[in-house]
Amino acid sequence: MKLFFEKIRTRVQFQELFIPFLSIATSLIIGAVIIWASGADVYKAYQGLLQGAFGKPRAIAETFVITTPYILSGLAVAFGFKCGLFNIGVEGQLYAGALSAAFIGYAVKGLPHFIHLPFALIGGIVAGSIWGAIPGYLKAKTGGHEVINTIMMNHIMIRLTDYLVKNPMLDQKASIPRTPYILESAYLPKIFPSFRLHWGFVLAICMVFLVYFVLFKTTLGFEIRTVGLNQNAARYAGMNVSRNFVIAMAISGGLAGCAGSGEVLGLNYNLPAAFISGYGFDAIAIALLAKSNPLGIIPSAILWAALRNGAGLMQIRAGISIDMINIIQAFVIMFIAAPRIVRWIYRIKAEKGKAGMILTRGWGK
Amino acid sequence: MREVNYRMFIFSGLAVLINALILRFSYLIAPGAELTLLGFGDLGSLGVNPGVSIRVLGILGLGGSVAPLFWKSGKYVSVSFFVTAFTAVGSIIVWAGIGSVFDIVGLLGLSLRLSTPIVLGAIAGLLCERTGVINIAIEGMMLTAACIGFTASLYVGNMWVGLFFAILSGGIIALLHAFLSVTMITDQIISGTVINILAVGLTGFIRRSFLLKARLSRTGILPIIAVPLFSRIPIVGKILFTNQPIVFMMMGLVIFVTVMLFNTRWGLRTRSIGEHPEAADTVGINVFSMRYLNVMLGGFVAGLAGAWFSLETTGSFDDLMTNGKGFIALAAMIFGKWHPVGAFMGGMIFGFSDALQIIFQIKDVPIPPQILWMLPYLITMVVLAGVIGKSTPPAADGAPYIKQ
Amino acid sequence: MQEEILSLRRIVKNFPGVCANDHIDFSLKKGEIHSLLGENGAGKTTLMNILYGLYTPDEGEIHISGLKVHIRTPADALSHGIGMVHQHFMLIPIMSVAENIILGKETKKRGLIDRKESERRIRELANRYHFDIDPGDLIKDLPIGTQQKVEILKALYREANILILDEPTSVLTPQEGLELFAILRSLKEEGKSIIFISHKLKEVLEISDNITVLRGGKVIGSVRPEDTSEQELARMMVGREVILKVKKGEMKKGKPVLTVKDLVVHDSRGVRAVDCISFTVNKGEIFGIAGVQGNGQSELVQALTGLIPYESGEILVDSTPIVGNNPREVTGLGTAHIPEDRQKYGLVLPYPLKNNLILCSYYERPYSAHGILDFSAISMRSADLMEEYDIKAPDINTTVETLSGGNQQKTVVARELARNNRLLIASQPTRGLDVGSIEYIHRRIIQVRDSGCGVLLISSELDEILSLTDTIGVIYKGTIIKTLGVKEATKEALGLLMAGIYE
Repeated sequence: MKLFFEKIRTRVQFQELFIPFLSIATSLIIGAVIIWASGADVYKAYQGLLQGAFGKPRAIAETFVITTPYILSGLAVAFGFKCGLFNIGVEGQLYAGALSAAFIGYAVKGLPHFIHLPFALIGGIVAGSIWGAIPGYLKAKTGGHEVINTIMMNHIMIRLTDYLVKNPMLDQKASIPRTPYILESAYLPKIFPSFRLHWGFVLAICMVFLVYFVLFKTTLGFEIRTVGLNQNAARYAGMNVSRNFVIAMAISGGLAGCAGSGEVLGLNYNLPAAFISGYGFDAIAIALLAKSNPLGIIPSAILWAALRNGAGLMQIRAGISIDMINIIQAFVIMFIAAPRIVRWIYRIKAEKGKAGMILTRGWGK
Repeated sequence: MREVNYRMFIFSGLAVLINALILRFSYLIAPGAELTLLGFGDLGSLGVNPGVSIRVLGILGLGGSVAPLFWKSGKYVSVSFFVTAFTAVGSIIVWAGIGSVFDIVGLLGLSLRLSTPIVLGAIAGLLCERTGVINIAIEGMMLTAACIGFTASLYVGNMWVGLFFAILSGGIIALLHAFLSVTMITDQIISGTVINILAVGLTGFIRRSFLLKARLSRTGILPIIAVPLFSRIPIVGKILFTNQPIVFMMMGLVIFVTVMLFNTRWGLRTRSIGEHPEAADTVGINVFSMRYLNVMLGGFVAGLAGAWFSLETTGSFDDLMTNGKGFIALAAMIFGKWHPVGAFMGGMIFGFSDALQIIFQIKDVPIPPQILWMLPYLITMVVLAGVIGKSTPPAADGAPYIKQ
Repeated sequence: MQEEILSLRRIVKNFPGVCANDHIDFSLKKGEIHSLLGENGAGKTTLMNILYGLYTPDEGEIHISGLKVHIRTPADALSHGIGMVHQHFMLIPIMSVAENIILGKETKKRGLIDRKESERRIRELANRYHFDIDPGDLIKDLPIGTQQKVEILKALYREANILILDEPTSVLTPQEGLELFAILRSLKEEGKSIIFISHKLKEVLEISDNITVLRGGKVIGSVRPEDTSEQELARMMVGREVILKVKKGEMKKGKPVLTVKDLVVHDSRGVRAVDCISFTVNKGEIFGIAGVQGNGQSELVQALTGLIPYESGEILVDSTPIVGNNPREVTGLGTAHIPEDRQKYGLVLPYPLKNNLILCSYYERPYSAHGILDFSAISMRSADLMEEYDIKAPDINTTVETLSGGNQQKTVVARELARNNRLLIASQPTRGLDVGSIEYIHRRIIQVRDSGCGVLLISSELDEILSLTDTIGVIYKGTIIKTLGVKEATKEALGLLMAGIYE
């Protein structure tokens, strides 16, 4: 065992993969300690977690149901990171997409399936794009930091949605405040008849490869990454930094909008006023865990979805509140964001000077 | 006339448009409509004819938006913005109060109270940022403090003890932020986000595991204190000198932090670290320990802000009760150019819009509540867009200091 | 007569991949000016940072006046009477002279800072050394020469007995340099001991009582100025015979390639940094702009290369007017730009070599088509360039961050010169480089000029200007106050002009 750690200690590439694993493991250990301290049965808790996520085919399908919006919103955040932008507005952009998709889904009548569905999807993506492009534009033109602006946009969109769903978009005959059900011609079909898993999952996977292609194989991606790594050099190379900010935020918002559309078109078939996704912060964790690499988003999203899905059973089996998952997740993010801590705990030597991902450029231009 | 660039042109156009709309609107009010009574507390009420007064405001506004074009002053945009804001708000108040009393004194007093968490949050933020550490975890610190303060108060049975624990917990969370940002050199925005997420999980956990099961679910709230003599002064006495303790502490901190920041050894060193940490290091100042100290002090202030929510306002603790105020505080800090007095002004703007929204709801003003709720957030964005002049942060803000 | 006041023994300091200080011994006598000579990267600044407590040595000891001391922080160094004037000033621009000087050693009255007393003390100290400084001035409003005096005052205010000056003349005109030397001599008379770090041979020979030469982290030897020569010192610094003057043929002057007329450029604060400047660069000519840093050179280059907009005036590249604020407009007309800060503007450090080599041409064929990058074309070109420009790196996928300063600059040069150019704008192209790289870049610049390009060279190193250029324009406060051919120019004449003294 000691030899194994010795190997890890010295081989750098090994470290890049191993540290995330250690981070997750350590968080689970800390979680176990907290569970034990609160008087619950640790074994039952984690057993419930695992079974809840992967125990039966139904559970696995459900995990992938949650994975779908996680992949898309994780991609959204990761894309922003690549341009040096911290998009915390995924929540709001997701809502924008959901609103738009729901509206096109129930209001536009008489279209065949193969037109209505793409129309609704694209409508959602565009809505998310616009909602994301606004803070991008503000950052480009005024230097207003996207962290605050996107959070403000979140709050605005949540209230806007509440207003719209309860008033102009309200289904008068429904027992709870929600939009009317979308027409069947706008449904995202299920993959298997007996499970909730829908084709949005496949769409999400396709988006991963599309994003990867754009980022690493196109001139647009080259520009976006350059702006993210060194704005000054990007300018020197003739790149239009402002334009790239807006485009990156628009794409990021579009991905988030796609996540929202997926939920409406594939899962709920309507938008309730009580729609709370909470995917926004999780998306940040997923992106960090994947180190903003599009391909890494997939395992990262699956892990997070497993945690969320299994939490329910964990609560039933061991009587622990779902917040425990939040705490474990917070620790995972902390360790991922500060790999030094994990290195420090396990005495793994790093290359000197490498401090992990630094995104902060301060507030102003 | 001075040279006009396109930005001024757009603003003057907007301002003129808004004021013209106000003027037009004033003619829509039937001449025989009842008077609006503007309440001024003990001094009585002032009755104004709604149509006439809105007309006056509109004309004043038009003048105010166009006049600065002819001045040499550089503050053109700010002036026309403030004038238009004043006339717009004034018109809405007069209109909303047609046929009833609109309590101006109450509005201002409520604004001050509602501005408290924001001003405190902004001060917490600037204490950190003046040493160069970005702190977006103010929301999380406030939330945790609100929860812990309330819990302590509930179990011990004494609100002042709760207040103490709220402040303390703010400091402890801040210590974590300092550890992650300063010692572990994590990206400061990520570290702040981590703390916010942790706070949500932690407080939710405490609430569901303990608070919901407790016998009582409410404590009282901190009492209103009237400063002897001063509180008798008409208008000002009610607004400034009759308040709950945390509001007083907020006003005191604004003055205290200003004095400390610009006149003491601690203040000079703090500011130098935020501008040029190497320079401070080379004269023997310990950058790390000062950053830790200031981040912790910021945490204490944020803890105080958190206590405002649970111990001074509602007497209970709800999920996510801070509701984004921590981020609005950051906008106030930027608006206030990292100066405590500026933070106070920024906080007052938000407090005012918040108060307006509440009073409108009480008065059943026919604007949908969700739209009113959006107002503070929209204003934050406008403020951040630098409509009111450029704001420069401390030079080394956000840059971790790495020693060889 | 002179006792040893400071002794560094067997100092070792390692950084990842390089040994900056390799068992260095250094001895300073009381009341002497001892120079530490070496080229960029030799380890001089590292050694002094260790002495001043900014770095901790891996091995070795420091003795002051015979007693062993531990210096872990600058506070320790200050308490032992060591003061340092850094190459890049440690001053806070938005604060006043007084605030900068008292920082860390504030005088208090009833808990608050005593402004009056602090200013009184500073005035007293400044007068003693005949510094003309007002404690209330803000640093950002002071000229660089005065800022340096503030730095010196900072050390003297703390009663430093050992003063370290790191490349102090790099930001001064020759006359200011002489003034500085006078100050140093009077400090010496007071009994202070001075360590003078430099890579400039002439001034080291002039001011020192003793010279220690460092090369590659090791001490090569210590000599007295009267026992040695420039050539000898250069050989010790570099380890081989050094060509002190680069070989250059006659200029073959052609048509104008860059014409600048009455150009006005504002800096980031809105102040006029470039004030109605006019000059012309011809094909086949190297036009050098000489001047002390801070007279508008940076803003001029940024405006010419499209990084910032210009207020008024005219820029013509080969008789095509430039609209400005668009780097691609300028590169499209055949302009190459070697920026003064290669790490900030010229390179994307986390990118591999190949990405940096096509940084300015990725959007053109053959490197991309219809928005999609062609990696085989990129890799082929990168491999070619790497060989042609002698960039020492494992392969084209190496991250540029890991390369040495010289190789990083060669990457920039390779990228810029590999295009079809009419004009090369080179800003401080050899700053911070070792002698080998400097020689290489000088050779390349002459090559570019001989092939018919015009070259605009901006440098604050007078030796570089005098050896490379054909025509010299001296810039002062944002405008060219005089243009002369290199044959008529002398260091003294240039020095006067750089200080703004002209008829």
